Amino acid sequence: MPAVTVDHITKTYGTKKSIVTALDDVSFHVEQGELFGIIGPDGAGKTSLFRILTTLLLADKGNAVVDGNDVVKDYRSIRNKVGYMPGKFSLYPDLSIEENLAFFATIFNTTVSENYHLIKDIYEQIAPFKDRRAGKLSGGMKQKLALCCALIHKPTVLFLDEPTTGVDAVSRKEFWIMLKGLKQQGITILVSTPYMDEASRCDRVALIQGGKILQINTPEGITQQFGRKLFAVKSANMLDLLHQLKSINGVQDAYPFGEFHHVVLKEGVDNITMPPNTVSKEVKPDIEDCFIALMKNNG
Amino acid sequence: MKQFISFIRKEFYHIFRDRKTMLILLVMPIVQIVIFGFALTNEVKNSKFSVLDNAHDAASAALIQQLDASQYFELQSNLHSYNDISEAFKKGTIKLAVVIPEHFSDDLEHQNKAQVQLVADASDPNVANTLVNYAGAVILDYQDRITQDKKLPYTINTEIRMLYNPQLKGAYNFVPGVMAMVLLLVCTMMTAITIVKEKEMGTMEIMLVSPLKPLLIIIAKAIPYLLLSIVNIISILLLSVFVLDVPINGSIVLLMSESILFTIVSLSLGLLISTGASSQQTAMFISLVGMFLPTVMFSGFMFPVENMPKPLQIISNIVPAKWYYIIVRSVMIKGVGIEAVWKETLVLFGMMLFFLGMAFKQFKIRLA
Repeated sequence: MPAVTVDHITKTYGTKKSIVTALDDVSFHVEQGELFGIIGPDGAGKTSLFRILTTLLLADKGNAVVDGNDVVKDYRSIRNKVGYMPGKFSLYPDLSIEENLAFFATIFNTTVSENYHLIKDIYEQIAPFKDRRAGKLSGGMKQKLALCCALIHKPTVLFLDEPTTGVDAVSRKEFWIMLKGLKQQGITILVSTPYMDEASRCDRVALIQGGKILQINTPEGITQQFGRKLFAVKSANMLDLLHQLKSINGVQDAYPFGEFHHVVLKEGVDNITMPPNTVSKEVKPDIEDCFIALMKNNG
Repeated sequence: MKQFISFIRKEFYHIFRDRKTMLILLVMPIVQIVIFGFALTNEVKNSKFSVLDNAHDAASAALIQQLDASQYFELQSNLHSYNDISEAFKKGTIKLAVVIPEHFSDDLEHQNKAQVQLVADASDPNVANTLVNYAGAVILDYQDRITQDKKLPYTINTEIRMLYNPQLKGAYNFVPGVMAMVLLLVCTMMTAITIVKEKEMGTMEIMLVSPLKPLLIIIAKAIPYLLLSIVNIISILLLSVFVLDVPINGSIVLLMSESILFTIVSLSLGLLISTGASSQQTAMFISLVGMFLPTVMFSGFMFPVENMPKPLQIISNIVPAKWYYIIVRSVMIKGVGIEAVWKETLVLFGMMLFFLGMAFKQFKIRLA
């Protein structure tokens, strides 16, 4: 039995005059013990999806099952056993680290010591500051505390809504290592992120854009499906280069990518003549290239 | 149960760690009771008055002296002509002018009849009325003194007893009113923002995705404020007895229980506002404008409800403070027992159940 099943979920906001579709016929499932990433830009519908799965919102159409319980009918039992970390920092700023953690442990009818083994690795990093008020913590420490609070009752499924947004690069890396550790404890984890580079750390990812799922696959599976040649090109005048590249026959798409431009060739085209005075090399597509390609196909 | 206690402890942390909340909760009631008790009074004391004495004789001098001697009046400079009167009123230096005609003494002794004119500033009709009455009483008093030895053919003496408040002190009226107002304001306003605050901070999101039951959240939110309100009630009562000299004639236990009942009504009302409001500002606005004004208007402690038009009298019945005000006045000042206020108590009890029920019903178990 999958840990999470999402079946044709649609969610719209607003009145009759202006309807915003946050989720459009979304379906997927997450296996037990899987680290599942939901990758998409801001406004793609990630938070709406998480709120529906954590029983905070009702979907307009479709249904979803979390750990064997329907999100509408059995919302009470879901609330007893899942862990949820909202995108916005949502702990009590006027309570200390220790007090926040103890509070969330008791409201889930447990104690900090009972499940300390789950949070030990994470908590030890913030333990030196345990008397500090949560409002006075740095972004990375806040996230660690929030993760501890969401974990303290040993949830069966953990929902993390953009846990790495607003966190520095080092803390982000640490955070993903922590998630790997939790996965080994057998917890199913759903994590959303706008950062494409984080996709490779998940077992499987769903690429989501404008409320629609573009593709669900393993990170390798997604990049393998790219199926076209990709070159990274660089020259002194990058803006002109982009225009030049786009006008070359056999080029499907060209877009800025870090310090290079990425050039996607049309299917079957193996090579093109690059403009003069450029440095170019063939590269492997990553998730972001795939995402851009999928987005342009659908739009 | 552990959840419940932990939740209450958390609420206490919120209250004790926010200086503004502490100030509003514990200092404001005391300040209010002192301000209202001392400053806000409708008693008239030491009003300035002037005399246009055209007689300048023994009788007029005695009368002026008697007026000045009373605690209600204080003599300003004398006036010299009739025009001076309007001058003085326009300048606002006096509230009352006494005009004594020529031959005041002669008329009194020989014709057994003399006239005195009282001119009052009726731009404030209540004060003018009160002053004219006081002055009339002082003049009558003077008349009684000079006719002591003479036998008048017919006299009716009225003997007046002011029950429960013989000195007609304003504080007797204000203390119950301020108690109602302070408890309502503090309890309703403070609880009105507490649930909305969790919604705004996003902590409600986590709270909902937890085993906590809505009823437990609602009750646990109110308990700390109830406990602090009991501290408030005690300090208000101590202040009224020892500083404002208002006695507690009835049973203290009854007074405390009624006050706690009213506190719970106010807390429930606050919770009802809080479950419905979308932001702290809205909740604040509703509890201030929606609660404070009707309480002042309709509880009866500033404006007598009996004098209002019928529709307003009917509206006043839905104001919880009105019933509490009646109870406190009866128990505290008149010293009656529960048998005299059971109806009002029942009304408050009904309101409590209604507000709590509505708050519970309105509590959203989801975000939208």
